[in-house]
Amino acid sequence: MEFLRPADWTEALAAKAAHPSAVPIAGGTDVMVEINFGLRRPDALIDLNRIVELREWEVGADTVRLGAAVPYSRIIDELPTELPGLALAAHTVGSPQIRNRGGVGGNLGAASPAGDSHPPLLAAGAEVEVASVRGTRRIPVEEFYTGVKRNALAPDELIRCVHIKRADGPQQFSKVGTRNAMVIAVCAFGLALHPATRTVGTGLGSVAPTPVRAGAAERFLEQALDEAGLWDSGGVVPPAVAGKFADLVVAAANPIDDVRGTAGYRRHALAVLARRTLDWVWDEYRGKEWGRACA
Amino acid sequence: MDSRLLTSAVTLRVNGTVHRLTLDNRSTLLDTLREDLDLTGAKKGCDHGQCGSCTVLVDGRRVNCCLLLTVACDGSEITTVEGLSDGWSLHPVQEAFLARDAFQCGYCTPGQVCSAVGALREMAEGRPSAVTVGTEPPSGAAEIRERMSGNLCRCAAYPNIVRAVGDAAERAAEWWERTP
Repeated sequence: MEFLRPADWTEALAAKAAHPSAVPIAGGTDVMVEINFGLRRPDALIDLNRIVELREWEVGADTVRLGAAVPYSRIIDELPTELPGLALAAHTVGSPQIRNRGGVGGNLGAASPAGDSHPPLLAAGAEVEVASVRGTRRIPVEEFYTGVKRNALAPDELIRCVHIKRADGPQQFSKVGTRNAMVIAVCAFGLALHPATRTVGTGLGSVAPTPVRAGAAERFLEQALDEAGLWDSGGVVPPAVAGKFADLVVAAANPIDDVRGTAGYRRHALAVLARRTLDWVWDEYRGKEWGRACA
Repeated sequence: MDSRLLTSAVTLRVNGTVHRLTLDNRSTLLDTLREDLDLTGAKKGCDHGQCGSCTVLVDGRRVNCCLLLTVACDGSEITTVEGLSDGWSLHPVQEAFLARDAFQCGYCTPGQVCSAVGALREMAEGRPSAVTVGTEPPSGAAEIRERMSGNLCRCAAYPNIVRAVGDAAERAAEWWERTP
């Protein structure tokens, strides 16, 4: 196995162009599991650890540019206000040791439907910046996942960073698993409120071949909140609205039976997560008066 | 394939000693420590990051070294359980584990101890855990259990591990300076 150690981003792109089958590795928490167990025997690895910019983030006016290899522990520590949904999800990744190494770029590269980063990225709104020697392109995150553990990357492309919309309202993430660490999600749900545009975002994990949004649920909730004037009044979301929202979230799922749970359980649990996270974000919205027009 | 492509030269500083090694690119840091440097404290429990028994500190942060390629650690500062003690006096976390009898078979203990040292540093730096409430200093069993959730103990010595880490946290201020 050849080990390529590019010193900067330009060298990394050249290495990937010259070795399209080479596997990029940063934290290693996903790739190494497969290598240690002989599930994957790449001819070459491209070590991204020397590329400083991949471990940097920058907060802009509307978006956060998050380097692909910023470890989860730093997202939790340094970006809980700008990216609250992702920070909550990051708390549930692996264990403290894993969170010190792993980052969002690896989650996107692996493109597992169970990856913890995906629901908050979908809910908040994000674009994945990928690059090759041919140039750079930005892919909306919902178009990035193309199948089970498949993504939109071309063989010569690497993930450079993710541009994530800064939170303009409350965000939540919830995940079902058997314990509080080292858990691959049975199902997961991310929810973001955007009071400025009076829209909501959702992200569903581990309940379909790819991470998905529940577009019909989003539109229903936006309309229901609008028609009842709840964005302005900060009133309680009627249980019937929360119930219909949860039903529509479940309708967007397409789960399977596997070792972690049955499709039926996943549908049930997803509905619970949808109602629960809606409660949480709406309570926070009412409490903090996020951009609310009247008191 | 040219065999030179399959090996790399790396420099590691392990427990204060500099090692220059030429290694197969596939070597994990865990295998390098155990097989090449005879530092057998870190254990290969699961080899895929689930159990935490291979936990060591790399540049001051706790990591599962079964998931790290040694060649990717070139230039890093590594502390294993062997490097916590100066050979005469134990590290306070080790003392706390002894005083609290925080193990049975001892297999997971080097990983538990290194993880606790990393956790106490994260707590001292004010890094929040999932159960940290507000800005209060982290304390209490729930906080410690969350912080230590990456280390399994199949003898289930958890109650005394939690007590040992709690004791060490209380004493942390005294010895913080000498923690690697």
